[in-house]
Amino acid sequence: MAEESYPEDLKYHPEHDWARIEGDTATLGITWYGQDALGELVHYEPPDVGATLSKDGAYGEVESVKAVSDLIAPLSGEVLEANEKVVDAPETVNEDPYGEGWLVRIRIADPSEADALMDAQSYTSHLASL
Amino acid sequence: MVPFAGWEMPVQYEGVIPEHRAVREGAGAFDVSHMGEIEVEGPRARELLQSLLSNDLDRLDAGSAQYTLLTNDAGGIVDDLIAYEFDPFRYLLIVNASNRAEDFAWLKEREVPGSDVRDVSDEYGLIAVQGPRALERLELPAAPAFTFAEGAVAGVACMVNRTGYTGEEGAELMVMAEDAGELWDAVLDRGVTPCGLGARDSLRIEVCYPLHGNDIGPDTDAISAGLGWVCALDKDFTGVEELRRIREAGPERRLAAFVMEERAVPRQGMPILEGGDVTSGTHSPMLDRGIGLGYVPAALAQPGTELTIDVRGRSRRARVVQKPIYQREE
Repeated sequence: MAEESYPEDLKYHPEHDWARIEGDTATLGITWYGQDALGELVHYEPPDVGATLSKDGAYGEVESVKAVSDLIAPLSGEVLEANEKVVDAPETVNEDPYGEGWLVRIRIADPSEADALMDAQSYTSHLASL
Repeated sequence: MVPFAGWEMPVQYEGVIPEHRAVREGAGAFDVSHMGEIEVEGPRARELLQSLLSNDLDRLDAGSAQYTLLTNDAGGIVDDLIAYEFDPFRYLLIVNASNRAEDFAWLKEREVPGSDVRDVSDEYGLIAVQGPRALERLELPAAPAFTFAEGAVAGVACMVNRTGYTGEEGAELMVMAEDAGELWDAVLDRGVTPCGLGARDSLRIEVCYPLHGNDIGPDTDAISAGLGWVCALDKDFTGVEELRRIREAGPERRLAAFVMEERAVPRQGMPILEGGDVTSGTHSPMLDRGIGLGYVPAALAQPGTELTIDVRGRSRRARVVQKPIYQREE
């Protein structure tokens, strides 16, 4: 299990999803807090490549022994790739939520949407308020 | 923590999967003090229970116990429980927490002169210690399953019941409520892993032990549930005629155990497209696959039959397997 951390280079959605924006693409995943709340993941139901994500909408599911949770898109876009490693070994998300445990890579539809996301500091304050 | 039958219960301590593995590979402890205890005493105690419980008390001796069902007129299951015989004049029933009040009322209403039914649940705590290393950790000798005796663990007096809900060796320690905290601490001091409701559920599904309220209930009968082996159809008890009829005609549906053939976790209430529903489902830590129980048309209950589970709108393939789903490789 990874140590709690919230990298500075990521953007955060209040539903415990993160986005790493690189030009017109972004990599998405769930935060340390999100994976910790679920417990060890046993299933990842990814979206199809080519599917359209809309910001704040559900794009897939992750599941632990005790619960299933929708994945909430922090940004709108088109799915370029889903992380097959996580499909085969969902616990990768618990071990490395911001690295090997990424979930999906998208082409960003509207770069201005990123302005509504939180930085690491705001997200940490958001967690403190929960 | 979650509310359960009026108790605050932990779903997990460290995590469901490590707790589950601790019970399969070492030893785990469950605080199951929420379970109900009902005592039935008197010269006609045995006669009363023989007429209300499905299993045959003739198979019991003093110091032994049996899994049995409290049945209704339709052959449905009011509760499943373990009956302990102290002597033919005194029995203890350990019942599901959620059915404690109903069981007690059911028995009390049918009490006859010479039988006294008492709810003694608040007097006792119950700690289940389960796993291949459980007895070693408790410094208890081996004993046959479904026997019990007065004993002590770490100097705390308790009744040592050779029973459990995990499919592993171990004991359930019944202790005076005021000593339960001390016993729990002593058990953990011996290196036993504390386990919550999450692991209790995944362990019992792997070995296909039904959960009342999920897999069995007042509207399901023992024959369809695969519990005919705890119904003595040659004696008289509530609902026996209906159970004999179902046995004779063959049940229309059966509780089948299945393993997912595709990655997905079946959950209670999910439709089985060939007919029926999932009554219990989880991810099996030992098989690393989704597993479950559900009622299907009797013809489809044969091991090897392919089923389709509707997992939130997606069809996922499963296959019926022989019970139990998980068994230690010897």
